[in-house]
Amino acid sequence: MSAFFLLIGISLAVAVGFLIAFLWAVKTNQYEDDYTPSVRILFNDNTLDIKDIEQNNLARKDSKAQRKIKQ
Amino acid sequence: MTEYTKSGQVLKCTHCGENCAEEAILANEKSFCCEGCKLVYEILDENNLCTYYSLNSSPGISQKNQSKGRYGYLRDSTLSKKLISFSDGQKTTVNFRVPQVHCSSCIWLLEKMPKLNKGIISSRVNFLKKEVSVLFSEKEIHLADVAELLANIGYPPEINLADEQTKVQKKDYSRWYKIGVAGFCFGNIMLLSFPEYLTGKSVLEPSFKLLFGYLNILLSLPVFFYSASEFFKSAFYSLRQKFINIDVPIALGIAVMFVRSVVEIVLQTGPGYMDSMAALVFLMLVGRWFQNQTYHTLSFERDYKSYFPVAVTLLKKEEEQSIPLSKLKVGDRILVRNNEIVPADSLLVSGDAAIDYSFVTGESEPVKIVKGSTVFAGGKQCGSAIKVEVIKNVSQSYLTELWNNEIFSAKEKDKHEPLINTISKYFTIAIILIAIGSALWWLPSNPHKALDAFTAVLIIACPCALALSSPFTLGHIVRVFGRNGFYLKNAAVVERIAQITDLVFDKTGTITVAGGSQIVYEGANLNNEELLVLKSLFSQSSHPLSTAISQRIDVNGRTEIDSFSELPGKGIKGRAGEMEIKAGAADFAGTVDNGNVKSSRVYININGKYKGVFSLTIQYREGLKEMLSTLSGVYKLALVSGDNASEENTLRGVFPSGSVLRFNYSPQDKLDFIKQLQSNKRKVLMVGDGLNDAGALKQSDTGISVSNNLNNFSPACDAILEGSNFHKLPVLISFAKKSSVIIGISLVISLLYNAVGLSFAVQGLLSPVFAAVLMPLSSITVVAFVTMSVRVMAGKSGL
Repeated sequence: MSAFFLLIGISLAVAVGFLIAFLWAVKTNQYEDDYTPSVRILFNDNTLDIKDIEQNNLARKDSKAQRKIKQ
Repeated sequence: MTEYTKSGQVLKCTHCGENCAEEAILANEKSFCCEGCKLVYEILDENNLCTYYSLNSSPGISQKNQSKGRYGYLRDSTLSKKLISFSDGQKTTVNFRVPQVHCSSCIWLLEKMPKLNKGIISSRVNFLKKEVSVLFSEKEIHLADVAELLANIGYPPEINLADEQTKVQKKDYSRWYKIGVAGFCFGNIMLLSFPEYLTGKSVLEPSFKLLFGYLNILLSLPVFFYSASEFFKSAFYSLRQKFINIDVPIALGIAVMFVRSVVEIVLQTGPGYMDSMAALVFLMLVGRWFQNQTYHTLSFERDYKSYFPVAVTLLKKEEEQSIPLSKLKVGDRILVRNNEIVPADSLLVSGDAAIDYSFVTGESEPVKIVKGSTVFAGGKQCGSAIKVEVIKNVSQSYLTELWNNEIFSAKEKDKHEPLINTISKYFTIAIILIAIGSALWWLPSNPHKALDAFTAVLIIACPCALALSSPFTLGHIVRVFGRNGFYLKNAAVVERIAQITDLVFDKTGTITVAGGSQIVYEGANLNNEELLVLKSLFSQSSHPLSTAISQRIDVNGRTEIDSFSELPGKGIKGRAGEMEIKAGAADFAGTVDNGNVKSSRVYININGKYKGVFSLTIQYREGLKEMLSTLSGVYKLALVSGDNASEENTLRGVFPSGSVLRFNYSPQDKLDFIKQLQSNKRKVLMVGDGLNDAGALKQSDTGISVSNNLNNFSPACDAILEGSNFHKLPVLISFAKKSSVIIGISLVISLLYNAVGLSFAVQGLLSPVFAAVLMPLSSITVVAFVTMSVRVMAGKSGL
């Protein structure tokens, strides 16, 4: 039965963890704006510049070509 | 002149999507409607930010009528200090309101601001509030430049005097914390108390019992001292004012529960009522939170300062200088650009003034002003810049004077005592009497039981369900209203609406559609040539009617007018080629005034022959007459208008007989009219829209502001009603009235639960399990009942 003491301690600790997580979420303004983040997450970022992508593709092709040559 | 693509479609602006009506500007194989749009595109293109255009089609805002804000005044450190929310001397955070934000592209672009200027460290958008918070390095970029940059990419920040004053208020999250703590403790106390519920006899070893008991005390400490603190404070304040509100019995119940539980646990005579206490505090906090959920994005507290510029352009020896509005003096000459607001009553010195008084009166048709006449504060210039000379101080102008009235300085009192407070007074007295009575009953035979019964009565009577019924009913009603385009400042407004006896309407912009006046032509057909000449002729005149007609004649182009003269009181006369035209009063145009309706009419005579008549009719909101007749059965109606009585006959037809119609009322007159009604013990609901109604809205028991665009202007009020839902007003009011019925029934339910609980308590038979079940059960029943009944009622009313 003495295991109960330990288990209760652990369960309380877990619960306190969640309480702290909640308080932290409130404190960091996560309940302030519940719309914008949902939009933000859909942006394909690292600045989707067409030029960048093309350069990336070129670079990849180059490296592939080089590998082929090496082989 | 419109350019077409090969497929025959009109060219659309790449930036804003408007038709490129005049000459399309072509750049990078893309078309733009104006230089402004092109400029924005170029800025974005330079910085590789054209993803903006791929997220949504034509996401930009037309730059055509955008007055590029001049933010030079932000260099004034006293002004900029008021705007900055945080600064450590190097990094600065500032929040700008950007009303133009409307789609995901806007968010994307605004959060890419660091790419546009390396001085900007980060920017975050709050879409719902239409705010952008910018963190920038003070060494590299000045606040004024940040504002300028925002304006350059098409999002001019809105900065006004009201911001400076309200900025300081900090976000209050304490209720969230309290609910979180109470919820956490409630759950754990419940868990630890659970073994006690299972059997009558304790199955637990005494050591566990002791442990659980002390853990319960430990867990209830934050609930009692932190989460429940607002109930104690509120009870204390109300008692100090010799008044009993609902928090008094609540605080009493919680306190007794806590003390008795601690005593029971320490003396090991019982398990205590900690679980019930934590549950009650948690539920009641949730109830209060629910009730206080309001529309943060809408502002109900605006006065004229929110709309007036922060700074004005002073002309000193023909040199422009930006000064804060507070330093403006009588006699100063200032420059008012397109879309800028005239901050004080002034005389027009030079320029073509077309003033849009929609902030003031609700009418958006611009009024032409002749040189030397007065431009009133609050008017917005449409067109090229004008020079004016200030003749009155900002706070002493015709419009702003209203805010010197004591009604605006008086602290907002609760205009109405909530039903629940009236009840709680009797409730509390009754409970205390019952508690003392049962204690006295047991005292002679069993002193121990007397104490038990006394505390048990106070515990079980803790009016949790009672306290929840009104927040949840009103909270639900506020939400139903919100779905129907009727936004309340807070839940208490529902109860105030339910009590009104009189409705007072403003005219322009409230019962009429702003800018929706219709011009109808009756008479002989006019050919294109004639129409063209008329259009050109009318555009020569500065009379508002002429401007309106000229704008409505739907032909393109312009023709040369050979002679033109304006005869005051008669009309205008002109000649173009072979055509001789007279337009104006009936006898002037050689006909008889046949109109018994008193609309504004302009009769047309071409080459000595009477042709027809243009009549300008004001367009009333849809369903106005039906709405007014529905209302007239229950309420007294009145109309107060700042306009002249020319519409009186039409309005007599629209308003039910017995309604009071008043014209030529100044803002102050409107306020006094409401005051006078109230002195006769009437409860007045004022419906208005412009700043000239602000006094009346404030004075009335409930002030509703009608708005066609929620982000636009609305004066300080208790509720904002969308213009398109105006006809729903009678349904909304009667729905508010039903709230008292719902609250009444839920009060009866909660009192029945209380009666059951009390019947056990007076016998001293209140077991902790019984309390832990009964008290939350009564609360949940009441919440479920009000939620259901509000829904059913809303469905029945068609809301």
